[in-house]
Amino acid sequence: MSIMMDDEVTAASPQRPTKRQRQAANIADAASGGIKMLLVKLVLLGILDAIAVYAVFILFSGGQWLVAAIVALVAAIVNWIYFSRRKLPAKYLAPGVIFLVIFQVFVLVYTGYIAFTNYGTGHNGSKEQAVSSLLASSLERVEDSPTFPVTVVDQFGTLGLLVTDPDGDAFIGTSDSPLDQVDAEMEGGKAVAVDGWTTLSFADVIARTDEITALAVPFSDDPNDGALRTPDGSSAYQYISTLEYDDAAGTITDLDTGTVYSDIGTGAFTSADGDELLPGWQITVGFDNFVRAVTDERLAGPLVYVTLWTFAFALISVASTFFLGLFLAIVFNDMRMRGRRYYRVLMILPYAIPSFLSALIWAGMMNESFGFINQVLLGGASVPWLTDPWVAKLSVLIVNLWLGFPYMFLVTTGALQSIPDDITEAATVDGAKPWAVFRLIKLPLLLVSVAPLLIASFAFNFNNFNVIYMLTDGGPRDSSAPIPVGFTDILISMVYKVAFTGQSRDYGLASAYSIIIFIVIAVISIIAFRRTKSLEELN
Amino acid sequence: MARSQPVAPGSETGPVAGAVDEMVDAPQRVTPAEHEVPRVRARRPFNFRRWFFATGWRHIVGVIMVAFALLPIVFVISSSLNPRGTLTGSNALFSAIGLDSYVRILTDPQVPYPTWFANTILISSITAIGTVFLGALAAYSFSRMRFTGRRVGLISIVVVQMFPQLLAVVAIFLLMSAVGDWFPAIGLNTQVGLIMVYLGGALGVNTYLMYGFFNTVPASIDEAAKIDGAGHARIFFTIILRLTAPILAVVALLSFIFTVNEFVVASVLLIDTDKQTLAVGLTKLVSNPRYADWSAFSAGAVMAALPVVALFLFLQKYIVGGLTAGAVK
Repeated sequence: MSIMMDDEVTAASPQRPTKRQRQAANIADAASGGIKMLLVKLVLLGILDAIAVYAVFILFSGGQWLVAAIVALVAAIVNWIYFSRRKLPAKYLAPGVIFLVIFQVFVLVYTGYIAFTNYGTGHNGSKEQAVSSLLASSLERVEDSPTFPVTVVDQFGTLGLLVTDPDGDAFIGTSDSPLDQVDAEMEGGKAVAVDGWTTLSFADVIARTDEITALAVPFSDDPNDGALRTPDGSSAYQYISTLEYDDAAGTITDLDTGTVYSDIGTGAFTSADGDELLPGWQITVGFDNFVRAVTDERLAGPLVYVTLWTFAFALISVASTFFLGLFLAIVFNDMRMRGRRYYRVLMILPYAIPSFLSALIWAGMMNESFGFINQVLLGGASVPWLTDPWVAKLSVLIVNLWLGFPYMFLVTTGALQSIPDDITEAATVDGAKPWAVFRLIKLPLLLVSVAPLLIASFAFNFNNFNVIYMLTDGGPRDSSAPIPVGFTDILISMVYKVAFTGQSRDYGLASAYSIIIFIVIAVISIIAFRRTKSLEELN
Repeated sequence: MARSQPVAPGSETGPVAGAVDEMVDAPQRVTPAEHEVPRVRARRPFNFRRWFFATGWRHIVGVIMVAFALLPIVFVISSSLNPRGTLTGSNALFSAIGLDSYVRILTDPQVPYPTWFANTILISSITAIGTVFLGALAAYSFSRMRFTGRRVGLISIVVVQMFPQLLAVVAIFLLMSAVGDWFPAIGLNTQVGLIMVYLGGALGVNTYLMYGFFNTVPASIDEAAKIDGAGHARIFFTIILRLTAPILAVVALLSFIFTVNEFVVASVLLIDTDKQTLAVGLTKLVSNPRYADWSAFSAGAVMAALPVVALFLFLQKYIVGGLTAGAVK
């Protein structure tokens, strides 16, 4: 067994084991582990290493040096941990920690980074990608362009054009690599085949017409030289972009209108009038997203009411579920009452059903024109349960009360029953009325034990995405806001909608909103930990 | 965790768990005061007023609350049995009984409900098993070994799990689409990728629950096994894991329910309809204005809820206990 374990058992003894003792422990440990265990370990590590080598190879050939190096380093550390005789705690912690670091810690940090970029629709890649995609999207056929006889060729699924220029020389190129001279097999003055490429038959050309007509082979490394395109698979014409990129000045000129678009540091080519050419590219924008969220009037309004509603929703949800749960706990905490078990089981049901289903069902029942509540319970009324800003808020609270009260009922029942009877008896003997006993004795004792649960419940409801999204989808929609936000949206559902729904996705702004939630939760957690002192209890 | 409110670690809720269990047995107990006067009471004629003010009103509250609790459940069961499709047609409760909607949702070529169901079970089960395994490994080392950084490790686990993954959903999406560019098998739009993301949350409140439970297993058992020649791995797999099976089951179940319910990350990562889970598929289905078959949806909802509800009710004592037991040291 290892030293670490021995340490734990004899935690009181201060002296460290001698070298001989360590050796003895190692031998014992080696003897105790069966050959099967060793085989399993070797096989698992072998698989892991094979995957790591493959990943490093792929990343390395793709030019992702940093990521490749990190993968190699992590793989090396894992091997070192599991082949070492000493790193016992690490052996048990490594698998979980690796996942934790990548998918919990890293993504949180990465969110912080994205909040400082303009990442989103139209700002997805690098500047080079933006330039080539802009020029490629504005190609126009050159009037009186010479006709280039071409043959469509294929290499491992990549289409290329085998071009014969007017001088009779053969060139080959694909959409990614510009034309390059090759020695080709000529037939009647037209290059028809080249080593390493498969010439497409007429039938293949017909079958892949769409791919072939979309193919644009650049003339040279300079995107301004234009490209060759073939409408029929047998002859190609020169196409030149109506935009011209000036590498030295970093500007793009529209040749038709003469407008000059320059890089003014906003992540897109912008004209003097302020018109942007999209796609642009991704840049860091400092605190722009935060400034925009707070100072842009059309964004600041929604942010304020969404934040207020998030707090109100979380607070009212906790309070309403707690008081209803407490009330029920008191009502059903009477020995004389029969059938309490049946009431209890039936009342717990809402808690057992997956909440996304409950919310969807409630949404159907609250439908204004056809829903059960309006049509049957209210006899044909048309209460706008989900479509009026204020009634929708009430609906969300009602549904969340339905979802949450069983939990509070369970925990308050437990807490009530754990209060010793003799305390209340003593109070009664001293002449206290039942209400006074409850208010002055039971409630304070109860709050001590359920306060941490209330704080946790607040934190949970603060991010209670499912109820909001499935019930109202955040709606009714606020049509004056430029982002898809509604009057019942809470912060987390606003993040989701800004990032993933609507015409344009704005990852930068969404991440900036996430940071706001981080800060709120951090403050709540600090208060919670201060109050419960749970961190001090850790040992 | 689960869809319930997560429990603040270290909270003083130990007695709560035990007391809830006690509640079931409570009716058999007789308080001393009642014990002395049962005969006198039995002879008294039945007085409605007295009965009402003692317990009768409690039944009224109970009936009202049960009605509130059961309303959507009764509604969805009724509309799932209704052969007619629309929302309006479902309003007359139990007016028609038939299994047509169940057949429709299971066989509709536009709605791959069985695939969603299978995906959900598969993703949730693997996530649950993975969560238990990773969490148990970590909890074992925290509970049985003393090493530098142990306290910091425990604290950071508590702190990190305060920030649920859905807050970082944008970053998760961008990370997985970058991974997908290089390794399409585990990137965006793969279930393996989704499970990996879920496992990132494995060391959280669950580890803490298990840590608390592992601490209750006496170290002398380990020592005895060690003297008999068992290595640390054997102690972990054959002794600790067996002795703590109940808490492992609870954690697996909580993780399972949580994953079934998870919408945000799943909806962002799973793009193809055939790869989605029930939460994503059913939500997108009903939010589509052209889909009007409410009773088929209800049938789907009933079938989706049944396994979770059954598991929950079957194990509710352990779940409620488990939710708060992590704090018991």
